[in-house]
Amino acid sequence: MSDVLLRTGSLSFAYPQRTGLFRPPVPREVIRQIDLAVPRGSVLGLVGESGSGKTTLGRLLVRLLEPTSGGIQFDGVEIGHLSEAEMRPLRARIQMIFQDPQSSLNPRLRLGVTLTRPLQVHGRLQGRRDRRDRAAALLDLVGLPAAFVDRYPHELSGGQRQRAGIARALALEPDFIVADEIVSGLDVSTQAHILLLLRELRARLGLTLVFISHDLSVVRVLCDDVAILHHGEVVEYGPVARIFSSPQHVYTRQLLTAIPLPDVEPGWLDESNPFVAHQQGSAA
Amino acid sequence: MTPVLSVQGLQVAIGKGAHAANVLRGVSLDLQPGEVRGLVGESGAGKSMLGRAVLGLLPANAAITAGTITFAGRDLLAMGEPERRGLLGRSIALIPQDPMTSLNPVKRVGAQMALLLRHHLALSKREARERAADLLAEVAIREPRRVLELYPHEISGGMRQRVLIAMAFACDPVLVIADEPTTALDVTVQRQVLQLVERLRLRHGSAVLFITHDLGVVAKLCRTMTVLHAGRVLEEGETAEVLARPRHPYTRALLAATPRADRPAEALRPVPPALIESLWSEAYRLDRLAVVGTA
Repeated sequence: MSDVLLRTGSLSFAYPQRTGLFRPPVPREVIRQIDLAVPRGSVLGLVGESGSGKTTLGRLLVRLLEPTSGGIQFDGVEIGHLSEAEMRPLRARIQMIFQDPQSSLNPRLRLGVTLTRPLQVHGRLQGRRDRRDRAAALLDLVGLPAAFVDRYPHELSGGQRQRAGIARALALEPDFIVADEIVSGLDVSTQAHILLLLRELRARLGLTLVFISHDLSVVRVLCDDVAILHHGEVVEYGPVARIFSSPQHVYTRQLLTAIPLPDVEPGWLDESNPFVAHQQGSAA
Repeated sequence: MTPVLSVQGLQVAIGKGAHAANVLRGVSLDLQPGEVRGLVGESGAGKSMLGRAVLGLLPANAAITAGTITFAGRDLLAMGEPERRGLLGRSIALIPQDPMTSLNPVKRVGAQMALLLRHHLALSKREARERAADLLAEVAIREPRRVLELYPHEISGGMRQRVLIAMAFACDPVLVIADEPTTALDVTVQRQVLQLVERLRLRHGSAVLFITHDLGVVAKLCRTMTVLHAGRVLEEGETAEVLARPRHPYTRALLAATPRADRPAEALRPVPPALIESLWSEAYRLDRLAVVGTA
């Protein structure tokens, strides 16, 4: 058993882009030569703004997408180009939590069914009784009452729905979870609860996480390491304490200074920020 | 000094009769000329509803059940529709939350801006075009003449928000209501947009009511702030004072639950659910008292 659960080597991905009706599509590279190593039991934060490629990278890591070049090793096995059938045994160990639980939970199914569907698909359920017990145990794990087994997603608040999304990802007892912007739509009071829940689950279940976010403050709460993405490249990568105390790359520094901290700071609105000139004129 | 905006004891309910539910429970708030006030609250606090009540844009099932709204000393609620319409977009402007759905997708940027300018300022077609280009230049859009010819989907989200800000300040408004205008934007773009709002409000001498859930944004932009929860004002004052010495437990809890890039993880304290529950039950108790009072 190696110390690194997930490793990528020169991972790249390109979408085919059409340039004209009769011209062949040209590959448009959105992920470029990414090398990451996620130690077992650790949390890696992937931070970037819109268009940085962070969601595409997340989808590559769980093999919802196939890399154009480079490799992904999961627990020592190269999974970058495995077929769907070859991936199947690994699917139980690799899970994803999505940004919007409103659209990723089936609105017509009770939570009990949604939460245990993965168990059913992988043949790990023994009858109806077992289903209810397993669903109740999962709800308990994320701090929801067992009675929620019979609820529909629309009967839940945003925070409760996100807890249910986490419970579903935990159903198959995965070792590795990619969480994509899972707290960005939540109120501050709910967000802190979800962050602390993830921290607790990670310690209790020994999970390895990749936490994708546009928000560096949130990343600081949860992550051991951070990779900063910009235009599909990792511009800075290191332990969370180091990135926050002495950011090396100019883009990381811009991201950090752009976060409005809840302290009054005259001069923050001065337009002498060098980044302004750089960002402008992005008209299509 | 007459306040630009004075809201007194405003009560708004959604629904009718026995099914009516209060969303604003006696909100009072004053805005002096040139003041920038942050209106902070979480979802369901009623902050957008307050903005919409001032603009006269409440949803069809919502109604003002008590209170007054005056704009520069004039009663907005007693005013006739034509008079009110003359104010909107001109003296009272809105910067909306969603730059994608707030522009007409089938009209070029220039045509939409010209419509507003010709309506309020009685400009000729040509003058309106000139003025629109000037306004885009003012919000730091390069090649404004080219952007005037584009459709909303052809420009980035940050640029769409700039266009909307340009339109809001186009007629030198006395009051601008900004409803979470930076929530959908990346942090680096958000900073530019906030800088822009600051520059324009100074140049045009407008007062701004800035609606947001982000205490950081309030800290940077607003001199005064009002904390709203369950349709009630829990705390208000100078931003520096409120953030340094919050008096209400809810404000303190919100600050402690806000993740900060400059502090280690251990500093984070989630809002105690018991606090939220007690605030809501207090709000419902007030509703019952009000019903008994009118019976």
